[in-house]
This record gives sequence, C-alpha cells and structure tokens, in this order.
Amino acid sequence: MALIFVHVLLLLAMPPFLLGVINRTKAWFAGRTGPPLLQPYHDLIRLLRKDMVFSTTTTWVFRAAPVVTLSAVLLAGLIVPFGSFNAPIRFTGDLILFAYLFGLARFFTTTAALDTGSPFEGMGAAREVTFACLSEPALFLGFLVLARISRSISLTPMLLGPLHAPLAGLAIASVALVAAGLFVVLLAENCRIPVDDPNTHLELTMIHEVMVLDHSGPLFGVILYGAAMKLFILSAVVLHVIAPFQTGVAAFDWLLFVAEMTGIAVAIGVVESVMARLQLRHVPTLLVAASLLCGFGFLLMLR
Amino acid sequence: MSSTLNAALVVVLLLNLLALGTSRIRALVQAVALQGVVLGVTPLLAHAHQSAVAGFIAIATVVIKGALIPRILFKALRDAQIKREVEPLVGFVPSMLLGALGTAVSIALAAMLPLAPGHAQTLVVPAALSTVLTGFVLLTSRVKAITQVIGYLVLENGIFIFGLLLLEALPSLVELGVLLDVFVGVFVISIIIHHINREFDSLDTRRLSSLRE
Repeated sequence: MALIFVHVLLLLAMPPFLLGVINRTKAWFAGRTGPPLLQPYHDLIRLLRKDMVFSTTTTWVFRAAPVVTLSAVLLAGLIVPFGSFNAPIRFTGDLILFAYLFGLARFFTTTAALDTGSPFEGMGAAREVTFACLSEPALFLGFLVLARISRSISLTPMLLGPLHAPLAGLAIASVALVAAGLFVVLLAENCRIPVDDPNTHLELTMIHEVMVLDHSGPLFGVILYGAAMKLFILSAVVLHVIAPFQTGVAAFDWLLFVAEMTGIAVAIGVVESVMARLQLRHVPTLLVAASLLCGFGFLLMLR
Repeated sequence: MSSTLNAALVVVLLLNLLALGTSRIRALVQAVALQGVVLGVTPLLAHAHQSAVAGFIAIATVVIKGALIPRILFKALRDAQIKREVEPLVGFVPSMLLGALGTAVSIALAAMLPLAPGHAQTLVVPAALSTVLTGFVLLTSRVKAITQVIGYLVLENGIFIFGLLLLEALPSLVELGVLLDVFVGVFVISIIIHHINREFDSLDTRRLSSLRE
C-alpha cells in the first residue's frame, strides 16, 4: 500500500521537476542562470488560474483531448515499475497496453489539432503521427529484446527481473543496443532535440508545440502536465535499461530512483545543449536507426 | 573474455550503421577511424596470452587506422573542399536498411557455418561478414571517390575481423592487414595527387569515366 502511494505520489509530483532540471542544464551550458528548478510548477499553477478561450470552429473533441491524453498517460504510468519496485498494475501483455495508451493519447492530441481547422496545427499533427509510426517499431523491438531476456511479456518482470541480475555474454550487447534505441525513442516521443525543439515558436518547424497552439488556460496546463508526465514515464523505462542499480533498502532505492531520474533529465539537457535540431527530412533516418539498433539487439538474442 | 570481444564487435556493427547512414564525410571518416581503433585493440582482448609482437601490432594498427589514415583523408577533404556525399546512388535510409539486412543475413549464415566450438560463441564471423557487406554497399552506392576509399577501408576492417579467428595460428595475417592499410594510405594519397594534378571540379567518379581527351 505504501509502495503504491509513493509510486503515485512520484508520478503526480515529479514530472514538472524534470523539465526544470532540463531547463537548468541548458541554461548552465549557455552560461545563463536559468529559471528556478520549480518554475514549471509555477507555470502550471498560473495556467490553471487563467480563463479558457475556445474557437467557434472547435467541437467537444478539442475540449476532451487534453483530459483523455492526461488520463491515458497517467494510466501508462501505473503500469511501469519505478526503480526496483513493482508497478501498481501488472498483468500479462501489459506492454501492448502501455504502447497503445500513448497511441490513444497521440490520437486525441492530433484529432484536437485537426479539429481547430488551422493549417499549421494540421501540419504538426501530420508530423507527429509520421514520426510516431517510425518510433513505434523501435519501442516494440526494444521491448521484444527485454521480453526475450526475461521470458515474460509483462512490463514489471520484463524491466525488473533479469536486468537487475548479472547478464551473460550477448545479452549485455543486446541491452546496450536497446538502451541506445530507447533513448532515441525517449527524445522523439517527447519532442526533444534533435527531433523537435520544445523552445521554438515558429509554426513551420514545430511538431508538438504547434498542435497545442489553440489550447489556453487550464486545458493548456493539462497538456503541459501530461507531456511532462510522458517524459517522466519513458525516462523511468529507459532507466531500467541504462542503470538497473538497487541498494536493497526501500527508502534508499526510492532516493536512488529520484537521483537517477534527475540524472537522465541532465542527460537530456546535455543532448539538447550540444546538438542542433535535425532537419525535418533527416528525422526519419534517426528513427530508422533507432529501430535498427533495437532490431540488432533482437537478432543477437536469437542466436 | 568473449563478452568483451563481443562488446567490441557490437561497437563495430554500430559504426557500420553510422557509416551507412551519415551524409557527412567527416563523420564517416571519424566512424571508420574509431572502428579501426576498436579493431586494433581487439586482438589484445581476444586472447589471454600476449606477446610483445601482438602489442606492437595493436599499437601500429591504432596509430595507422586511428590517426594516420584519418589525417590523410581530412587533408584530402580540405583540399577538395567537399563536406557531404550529395547524391548517392542508394539513399542513406535504404543503405542503412541494406546494412541491417546484411547483418541479419550474416548472423543467420554464421549460425549455419560449421565453426570451431570456441568461435561459435562469439560474434566474429557475423561481424566480419556484415562489415565486408557494409564496405561493399559503401563502395557501390556512393559516387564520390573519397567515400569509395572509405568503403574500401570498411571492407578491409571486415577482413581484419576474419583475421581475428586465425590470430593464434597465423599471427602474420594481422600484420598483413596493417600492410594492406598502408596500401590504402598510398591509394588515398594517390587520389589527392590525382585530384591536384588534374584539377577536377568534383570528385564524382561518374564524371571521371566520361572525361576523355
């Protein structure tokens, strides 16, 4: 019970903090002081206090989308084990639910973007689904490798089981490949550099931000919160593959998890600082490469 | 021992993928240089008992493949003032897919070959086959002379990996690999000289064939 409580508490409270860490890292690289670590929380509170404006062309889909998106992402967060602890919800085959909860969230975000009738948002929606098509194989091939190693198709045993034990021979190589592939998926799914620049405000080049231009006030806050939570959840998945450490004491394990999540946020901030955004037409190359990495990992496991 | 070797070979496979997917020739040169360095160190990882000769060969390989050849290639790039492979005969994503397909076929093929028990556990044969195939793809699908030279280097790296299998029985094969590298170096220099002498506007090999008096 306490475990579920901590899990849900972290899932609800920590995501904006990761954004704060990423922004601080980027500021440090640029030689600026940067916004306070807790700035994303203040932004969310400010948005929640605002009024909402709805375009007359929009329908209920536009209003429902942020809520559905947040619920889907929240549910996905309950399936993923954090640190070395079991997830609150786990059953055979939940990895497919996990992947398609994000699919559902994406469907509603893109539909709401199309619902506004704005050509820019349509462009953003088209890009979002195109890149999602390419990052999904990488995610599934990565999961396939983990499933093969752990002989299970439920996320909790897959991510917790054998990864935390010493791996033999080729499995290490496979897991290293999957780690690289999943990190690219993490960057792509959350629209970070090199796939998309979350700070850009030029409609012609944006992907995720352009889809939510018409949302305002609390609904926009819900969207930002959902996006931060998605980043948090995918980071937690990647963390199992990159750094499956544990101390054995529950309290220390939670602290370790928080520290590792902060570490991965710093890593994302470093990637964003040292890399330029890829041209849109080069993004598929990157995503195909991520799929191939995970595919390689799978091939090695088949031997 | 074999897991370190496998890790090194996985790095080599990844660099193959990078070499196929990048359009920047500088990145390509760096990838192949890194591959050479990894391969130079690999003989030391693959076998428990070391000799002074093996150490010398490793150092020579690292110096030649990791420093000398990249320098020559970078100089050639500067002189020719090219940065990118602009229009390959096969695009970058398709050539990456071809490379991945080649790796899959190599792994399947290596599983079918009757290898010695000690070799079946490692990735040596699949990595060698896959690297050779990558070299072929680079050689045949790129039109810049310099990229083709790099394809040749990748091909040679693949042969070097094959040599790892025979290291104990035939240590001189590794030296032969290094000698082959030197040959590539000469080859590269000859291209630079050729380029300077003829003062071509481009390194496109398709034009080379049509330039006649």
